Amino acid sequence: MIKFFLMVNKQGQTRLSKYYEHVDINKRILLETEVIKSCLSRSNEQCSFIEYKDFKLVYRQYAALFIVVGVNDAENEMAVYEFIHNFVEVLDEYFSQVIMFNLDKVHIILDEMVLNGSIVETNRARILAPLLILDKMSES
Amino acid sequence: MVLPSLKLQDLIEQIRGAKTQAQEREVIQKECAHIRASFRDGDPLHRHRQLAKLLYVHMLGYPAHFGQMECLKLIASTRFTDKRVGYLGAMLLLDERQDAHLLITNSIKNDMSQGVPAVQGLALCTLSTMGSAEMCRDLASEVEKLLLQPSPYVRKKAVLTAVHMIRKVPELSSIFLPPCTQLLRERHHGILLGTVTLITELCERSPAALKHFRKMVPQLVQILRTLVTTGYSKEHSISGISDPFLQVQILRLLRILGRNHDESSDAMNDLLAQVATNTDTSRNAGNAVLFETVMTIMDIRSAAGLRVLAVNILGRFLLNSDKNIRYVALTSLLRLVQSDHSAVQRHRPTVVECLQEPDASLSRRALELSLALVNSSNVRAMMQELQTFLSSCPPDLRADCASGILLAAERFAPNKRWHIDTILRVLTMAGIYVRDDAVANLIQLIGGAQELHAYSVRRLYSALAEDISQQPTVQVATWCIGEYGDLLWEGSCEESEPLQVEEEEVLTLLERVLQSHLSLPATRGYALTALMKLSTRLRGDNNRIRQVVSVYGSCLDVELQQRAVEYNALFRKYDHMRAAILEKMPVVEPSGPQADEEAKESGEAVPSPSEPQASKLMDLLDLLDGSSGEAQQLPPMAPSPEDSLVHLLDLPCDPPAPACSSSAAHPAGAPPLPVDDGTRCLRPTRELLLSPTPAPIPNLRVFEREGLQINLSFVRPPETPSLLLITVTATNTSGGDVTHFICQAAVPKSFQLQLQPPSGDTVPAQGGLPMTQLLRILNPNKAPLRLKLRLTYTHFGQSVQEIFEVNNLPVETWQ
Repeated sequence: MIKFFLMVNKQGQTRLSKYYEHVDINKRILLETEVIKSCLSRSNEQCSFIEYKDFKLVYRQYAALFIVVGVNDAENEMAVYEFIHNFVEVLDEYFSQVIMFNLDKVHIILDEMVLNGSIVETNRARILAPLLILDKMSES
Repeated sequence: MVLPSLKLQDLIEQIRGAKTQAQEREVIQKECAHIRASFRDGDPLHRHRQLAKLLYVHMLGYPAHFGQMECLKLIASTRFTDKRVGYLGAMLLLDERQDAHLLITNSIKNDMSQGVPAVQGLALCTLSTMGSAEMCRDLASEVEKLLLQPSPYVRKKAVLTAVHMIRKVPELSSIFLPPCTQLLRERHHGILLGTVTLITELCERSPAALKHFRKMVPQLVQILRTLVTTGYSKEHSISGISDPFLQVQILRLLRILGRNHDESSDAMNDLLAQVATNTDTSRNAGNAVLFETVMTIMDIRSAAGLRVLAVNILGRFLLNSDKNIRYVALTSLLRLVQSDHSAVQRHRPTVVECLQEPDASLSRRALELSLALVNSSNVRAMMQELQTFLSSCPPDLRADCASGILLAAERFAPNKRWHIDTILRVLTMAGIYVRDDAVANLIQLIGGAQELHAYSVRRLYSALAEDISQQPTVQVATWCIGEYGDLLWEGSCEESEPLQVEEEEVLTLLERVLQSHLSLPATRGYALTALMKLSTRLRGDNNRIRQVVSVYGSCLDVELQQRAVEYNALFRKYDHMRAAILEKMPVVEPSGPQADEEAKESGEAVPSPSEPQASKLMDLLDLLDGSSGEAQQLPPMAPSPEDSLVHLLDLPCDPPAPACSSSAAHPAGAPPLPVDDGTRCLRPTRELLLSPTPAPIPNLRVFEREGLQINLSFVRPPETPSLLLITVTATNTSGGDVTHFICQAAVPKSFQLQLQPPSGDTVPAQGGLPMTQLLRILNPNKAPLRLKLRLTYTHFGQSVQEIFEVNNLPVETWQ
């Protein structure tokens, strides 16, 4: 089960955060700083899976953006690694401009892909279909 | 003047443009004020925009609770954009703890029965994220209806919402069980994925569901087979593999279904072999599927050939250039090494290569795995590799590596000389990282290997001459030189090169150790004592030694000063006893109880005016146990509830002091062996030790609970017919450590009981080092032995107290 999903930039600022298990808001910030610190300090040589407290972190770096996913022990880390890449590909297809200005859309995409900690849809076309409908509706 | 409300984009730009924290806070506070004002005014058009901004601000960590009611209003509106943002806000801002969350229940219900798939999807999504138990109960029937909706979009979401509901309210699983069979027949992958997750959740929660779904194994196998064998399908292919996520989920479900169940496992065997061989491993997706297959094979009752295949796949992973794959391979191999030891052994060379990884987590795993793979046939080669690793590894791994090497050497050493060599090398390389008792162990080992005394003392002397900074090595070396110094200049030893050593050189070296800044106080103690012992072994005169000893008589360190003063006294007043006291020490038994016995004996021997000297002698011998100046421990006994057995007896000694801080107090009365004067003090001890051991009494297991076992082993030394030595051994095979372990004993009135200090108070998990404690029981009347044990410890986070009487004590223990 996925516990949380974070997108952080290189300076350590959170660009997107989604929690699938309730965490208090002040604990959230603490958690994020610690997680970010451990991910940013990894070099290229080291592998992408870190053990942190009682769950595992899978992270992937795309230019200046880090995507970190926290999973519990039962998950297959490599599948999650693949999932992160899938997510980024979907974002790529939809957004022509810088992602961060349309944060709510990113949330929608993430909601389409992950429901309550489990992966539900990985097909790009099907994920983006409702979004395209939404866009059409707001234009009209 | 009211500023026009910003769009979300602009706000984000503004916040990102802020250079300092304070600036950012200012921007946000201004914006929040606007948002609050706008909420108050109730502007419906721009409400969603305000809420979106508020959500962004919330994500950054600022309080946003005033937006909760707005979420409700937005959800209730008819426009889709409003609903969208409203539900998002509900997911982020509301949770079970807030009282407002129940108010959405009605809205969700309405939206779910509406019929517009997008809206239904929204509602389901929100419900699955933040639905509390009450909400789930209310809306369960709605969700069930939606499971049968024509639109696949809705169905897939409904399935996952069902998963969440089952997690919150396990009783609802009965509602969601029947639809699963039908849902498995779907072609839509999203629904399949959700269904498989649902079934996994159901099976994990109830064994009845598990039995029910075992019937579906053939169906699942069929789905997976189609996935694997169909060619490229544009919709679902991810780097060449069709829907690896679904494959992984199905494999995980098969793992749960096949665990401990032969029939299902049989049905899966073929399929697993097929997946394992057909999957393309050039990309990460393929490897992910392969990894899950391996884990499944390991967990179910698979054929032996399949298991070997799985281990080989893992071995292949180890050779992969991608470090992620190596990481998962090492982790899985570590889990498997207990059960499939021989299969993993085949990959030993690759594992050893992985020790050189730059990534610390990888090398740590490789280290653990290598240590687990050591056995008697490969011990020499492995030790070689591990020692090379030790010299180059990062500091945090050194302690583990050193203790691992020492443990493995203990278990598998082919001969004593190799053992001593290995320990010596480890000490020189990583002296500060080894455990405290490594010194004691080495000393006892050397003491036990009589034929190697000459060899060891020469090796240690050369090591010491090179480098006096590594404290453990220095301590062992000085002890050896003290004991066996005469072998150094006696003659040549055939096992090592001839080493001509002059007496003066040895003394100089020891003085250097004494004076060096690098030496710990304990090391200095060792060196001083070694000097003293050499005074009897030297062929020349003792002037130099006497000088050193008298100089240290005024040293600032109290311990050293005391020693020096007593040794001085030994030179002056008690010169006739010097030779006897400083004789070579007899062989020390491993757990050190005999050492304490000697300490007591020789402590008794010296007449009372030189009592401090006696305690120093005990120190001398107690150095072997690493404790400081303590001969015995009388544990504070809590009053036992029963009166039939009485505690600890009337040994005329000091009142029980807390554990390790009792100073030179030693019992003046009732020692097992009568001794009258100093010259004969050591002889009875030696007789005791050199006599053959009696026929062994069988061990007795007295206690077992959750993996913690207590065994008693008995020894009746033949010279002392009334003495019984019991060793209490605690072993732990469970998954959690046992800490704060205290064992106390009680015996009937006619007996005398002494408890020695235990080897530790923690018994590590998974068959770690057992903890031992020695009990000495005197039974002069040969009465039947009754023994009661009281254990207190912490296990799995709970503190446990057990009091029980030991039954079935063998007759030989008291007759």
